[in-house]
Amino acid sequence: MIQVKDLKKYFPVQRGLLERVLSRKVDYIKAVDGVSFEIKKKEIFSLVGESGCGKTTTGRLILRLIDPTSGTIIFKGRDITFLRGEELRRLRKTMQIIFQDPYASLNPRMRIGDAVGHPLEIHGIAEGQEKKRIVFETLKKVGLEPPEKFYNAYPHELSGGQRQRAAIARAIIVNPEFIVADEPISMIDVSLRSKLLELMKQLQEELELTYLFITHDLAVSKYISDKVAIMYLGGIVELGSKKEIFSNPSHPYTIALLSAVPVPDPSVKRKRIDLKGEVPSPINPPSGCRFHTRCPFKEKMCEIEKPYFIKISEDHFVACHKPFSLNINQHYI
Amino acid sequence: MLFPNIISFILRRLKFKKGVKYYFTFAGFIIIASFISMALLAPYIAPYNPIKKAGDPLESPSFKFPMGTDGLGRDILSRIIYGTRIVLRVTLISMVLSFLVGVPIGLLSGYAGGKLDSIISLFMDSLYAFPGLVLAIALAVMLGPGEISMGISLTVVYIPTYFRMVRGETLSVKENLFVEAAKAIGAKDRTVMFKYIFPNIIPSLPIVLSLNAADAVLTAAALSFIGLGITAPTPDWGFDLRMGYPYLTSKIWWPSTFPGLMIVLLTLGFSLFGEGLTEILNPRLVRK
Amino acid sequence: MIAMNRNNLLSLENLKVYFYTEEGVVKAVDGVNFIMDKGETVGLVGESGSGKTTLGLSILRLVPPPGRIVEGRVLFDGMDLTRLSENEMRKIRGRRISMIFQDPMTSLNPLMKVGDHIVETIMTHEKILREEAIERARLLLEDVGILPERFNDYPHQLSGGMRQRVMIALALALKPDLVIADEPTSALDVIVQYQILELMRKLKQTYNMGLILITHDVSVVAEVADRIAVMYAGQLVEYSDVNSFFNKPLHPYSEALLESIPNIQLSDKKLKYIAGAPPNLIDPPRGCRFHTRCPYAENRCSEVEPQTVEFERRRFVKCFKYLR
Repeated sequence: MIQVKDLKKYFPVQRGLLERVLSRKVDYIKAVDGVSFEIKKKEIFSLVGESGCGKTTTGRLILRLIDPTSGTIIFKGRDITFLRGEELRRLRKTMQIIFQDPYASLNPRMRIGDAVGHPLEIHGIAEGQEKKRIVFETLKKVGLEPPEKFYNAYPHELSGGQRQRAAIARAIIVNPEFIVADEPISMIDVSLRSKLLELMKQLQEELELTYLFITHDLAVSKYISDKVAIMYLGGIVELGSKKEIFSNPSHPYTIALLSAVPVPDPSVKRKRIDLKGEVPSPINPPSGCRFHTRCPFKEKMCEIEKPYFIKISEDHFVACHKPFSLNINQHYI
Repeated sequence: MLFPNIISFILRRLKFKKGVKYYFTFAGFIIIASFISMALLAPYIAPYNPIKKAGDPLESPSFKFPMGTDGLGRDILSRIIYGTRIVLRVTLISMVLSFLVGVPIGLLSGYAGGKLDSIISLFMDSLYAFPGLVLAIALAVMLGPGEISMGISLTVVYIPTYFRMVRGETLSVKENLFVEAAKAIGAKDRTVMFKYIFPNIIPSLPIVLSLNAADAVLTAAALSFIGLGITAPTPDWGFDLRMGYPYLTSKIWWPSTFPGLMIVLLTLGFSLFGEGLTEILNPRLVRK
Repeated sequence: MIAMNRNNLLSLENLKVYFYTEEGVVKAVDGVNFIMDKGETVGLVGESGSGKTTLGLSILRLVPPPGRIVEGRVLFDGMDLTRLSENEMRKIRGRRISMIFQDPMTSLNPLMKVGDHIVETIMTHEKILREEAIERARLLLEDVGILPERFNDYPHQLSGGMRQRVMIALALALKPDLVIADEPTSALDVIVQYQILELMRKLKQTYNMGLILITHDVSVVAEVADRIAVMYAGQLVEYSDVNSFFNKPLHPYSEALLESIPNIQLSDKKLKYIAGAPPNLIDPPRGCRFHTRCPYAENRCSEVEPQTVEFERRRFVKCFKYLR
């Protein structure tokens, strides 16, 4: 359904007036630096990484909320990379987004019913009584019952979990085919997260949705995804099916991440990969393999040559000159 | 009807709440309401015809003429009461016009950004850089005396104020996630501006309006004082203030003092209302 | 609860902290009894609104108005902290008990170099020469894993993880007996979080201080703490050692919580969820506060509040299931 090829997004660094006058050179934040992957129909594809890795920007690029610097985005066989204006607006009917912050993604001055029903109006699908009926149905689908009560309420009257449900309702009401979920549960209380995840899974089956699930939480990603891509500093370092990534992680960064995730079991003793240093600045990413500055296993080649994707199995690719093999990585997970 | 609803809404919000800010707003509201009533009921409460001679010139305040008479023997109280109409008319109309011009331009400019925003801002900022009174005088001189030209000058002077405020608010509201969400569901720019951004700017408007009104009253009075505003014999506080000015040295205080007092009082009313409203809607951090 | 003995560091007796707001009285902490030993690390776990942060703040008498300590005692080193004057409390804060806050960006003075910040802190409380304080500050920064050349950096020049390390250094500068850390890793990425937790484990050994780790993430507690205290709706519902807890949690809420969080090591664990929503603290449910969401609820649960029972040695739970 979605194909992304060598997608790049460079943000120019803001410069003061004096700087702009004195020098021509502009620095760029290479937020997304050559990302390629495919999402199949009805798949739940996770984009996993720490803050600043570019996963959120990638999500927004695919949805064309921002313009790419270069690369290609193909949606259902159609090149939408540089789509604009009215055509882009109409495309929105088929692709939607659920944001991370339920407290900020709903207009505080709009009743829930109006907010959820607005997409219907925009795309000319329904009006008046018909619109109200569909909104009621959708509110019930996301568990906001009785719908009359929530229809007339304002966002500040709802809890975080309820607001996120309303945001989900707004996203599904036009029957989209593709939804980007940008850290949808990270701001929700822990005991309510699983409920929301269940809802999203349920809706996926019911409405035959395809998800791009953006998260920093590997455990959640393991729970919900079909396919996983690990991002670091603007690029994908490992990509594969859920099973492959979690049982046979091959990239040192993936293993470092997995071994760093705390586990609710004090008796577990794991071997860990300790990363030294910090994430480099995206303005000046390291030469060669972007990860080499922190990799405990780096070699001379890693500083010079950018690794290509090595195929570990049919649905498992890793961008590393020396990926871990199946036996060694078991110590760490 | 809208008017009683607004009144009761405001009264409900203000009554029975503790705190200086509520007293301010309430006091301001009472003052403004009194002046508005005075203006509306002028024909019924003014004891004399404001432009006809009613007694001897410069009679001191007495039971017959509670505020005395002016240099032409006209009752000052009646002139004050009818003067309220002029003041409110000019001030409020020019404010409404400034609002209707400044707000949409500010919204558009803030939302569009880029070159369009830069150009419009440049223009508005240069206009804003002039001290209000100087600009008003300049315009009034160009347009000549009279109520209409005074209204136009006031309007032009205050457009940048509304523009800047709305543009600032638009810029900050624009950054909110729900605005991006609106675009994500496919809303047209027009819809985003009026359905998502504008409703979130509304709370800050009453404050600008009332504080602006305070400023406008003073500027209007100043224009009339200089002689560039209302023409005789129309009763106008600024004008009357000017007329009464020469008599001050002879200890004849009433022709100047009462108009001056009214100007101050009305300005105070708008200021209190606006300041109190600011406190209520944007509370400062609680002190320990 | 139990009388304090020489090994105890801190004891909370029937602590109640209420917030007097316009909408009503929010019973943020409603009768908490708690004892911890010297050198122990206790993970205080709960969701937003459970009262855990308020509890932490109340130990140092830092609860902001309209909140106040309404009842109860906070016993520390033979003193009841609720009875001390503000001056006396100031001598305790930072020195005997220190606190690490969640967001290092807003807690550090942006105009002060980080090294100087530590030096100033030391010199405010102790009468030593500046050179000595600088030396101690350097050692502290080294202890928390910050390179010596960063002594003269400003907070904005450091990353989130490094700022948090500075906060930890500040908290340890005066060698306190107790450190309260409020969500110290919640704003950090996974790898940095792991590094900070490692650091805390190491420092525990060197400094041997008591640590109360307030967090919503139960897994973090499993990594670092000796004991775990679970809070729900302003009350302590379970308090036990970490191993027994994760092996078999006692309180239905603890049980439900553990079943609702994904565990990266278990494959295909079916996540369960807790029905209902956290209660309103202005008007909490009658009887046991969890009964509206509890799968084991009986009649008496909605009528009377259960007492806290010592189920096994040093395992406490507040539930009728364990009351005979």
